[in-house]
Amino acid sequence: MTLTIHDLRKESGSYLPGSAACPGCGATLAFRIASRVLGPNTVYVVPASCFSVIQSPFPKSAISAPLYNIAFPAAAATASGVYRAYKMLGRDVNVVVWAGDGGTVDIGIQALSGAAERGENIIYVCYDNEAYMNTGIQRSGATPFRAWTKTTPTGKREMPKDMPMIVAAHRVPYVATASVGYPFDLANKFEKAKKIKGFRYIHIFSTCPPGWNSPVSKTAEVAKLAVDTYFWPLYEIENGKLRITVKPRKRPLKEFLELQDRFRGLSDEEIEELEKIVMEKWNFLLHLEKSERVF
Amino acid sequence: MGLGVPIIIPVSKPSKGAAGKTGLWRVEKPVVDEDKCIKCWLCWLYCPEDVITEGPNGFPQIDYTFCKGCGVCADVCPTKAIQMIKEEE
Repeated sequence: MTLTIHDLRKESGSYLPGSAACPGCGATLAFRIASRVLGPNTVYVVPASCFSVIQSPFPKSAISAPLYNIAFPAAAATASGVYRAYKMLGRDVNVVVWAGDGGTVDIGIQALSGAAERGENIIYVCYDNEAYMNTGIQRSGATPFRAWTKTTPTGKREMPKDMPMIVAAHRVPYVATASVGYPFDLANKFEKAKKIKGFRYIHIFSTCPPGWNSPVSKTAEVAKLAVDTYFWPLYEIENGKLRITVKPRKRPLKEFLELQDRFRGLSDEEIEELEKIVMEKWNFLLHLEKSERVF
Repeated sequence: MGLGVPIIIPVSKPSKGAAGKTGLWRVEKPVVDEDKCIKCWLCWLYCPEDVITEGPNGFPQIDYTFCKGCGVCADVCPTKAIQMIKEEE
């Protein structure tokens, strides 16, 4: 069953208006939709991230669900403990880690890998804004090739980590990528993940207008173009079988890059090079889709 | 314990307006044209701030106390029924 807008409108979310998030924040948009699908029987664990300014200012929090703030590297380990504590009490709850890309691909990867290997019954969500935005736009392991950040003023020279594939290599039951530009796809992936037991991982491409220097009103547009230009392919790996969930609408990569100042000043050769990398990844995914088991 | 110091437990309570009245951040204000609106609710879906609700007449209603004026609703509206209007001084 696929979720529609009417199903989503019936549910109540865990996000309250008036948070300290920047205007046009992709992470709050993702959280609003995810919390509606996950429902009230959910506990969140949030490591240090942009999201901390939303749920942790004292004495008021903008999240109406039980939530645990924890240090950067400990999110997955804490969530494992939270799940087990509830299990001891005889209660079955969704334990969800809501982490940024720094807390996932750089600092939190050790605890994440451990929890995935142990097969903890948690959902790990990474909302990926592709740099350390909360501390002032420093590059992270998820920052794309050639992107500007304050610590890569001439564009990043290294390739980002392919985190969904790293987690999938742990042979966990469910791994998916999502984008805030495709909210129904995102909602359906959470719906699916909710029903599966074991370690589940969802990686959300989440626009950051101040960090990417994109127009504030184009949050959804940028995330949509990321998918349509093959920059951020949407797929899921369920029990090892890969399936591409959204077919891109074949737009030129330039349209996506032009909307964001972090890619300003790229020469035509550099854009061509990026295009080649993006298409290589897409063709690789098409190839994987044909195989019986990816990992 | 007789120290006369209040003990504060660091637990935040959920509340609207955790960062104050964020509507004050707004530079442009979204206004819904009810003649053009087809009630597809895409504005509601994409609103990062969750300030769009169903008003008494069945059309989208925007809570201007907290709307930050990002303009995502106007950008995703398929019939261009939401206009961004400059806030007056």
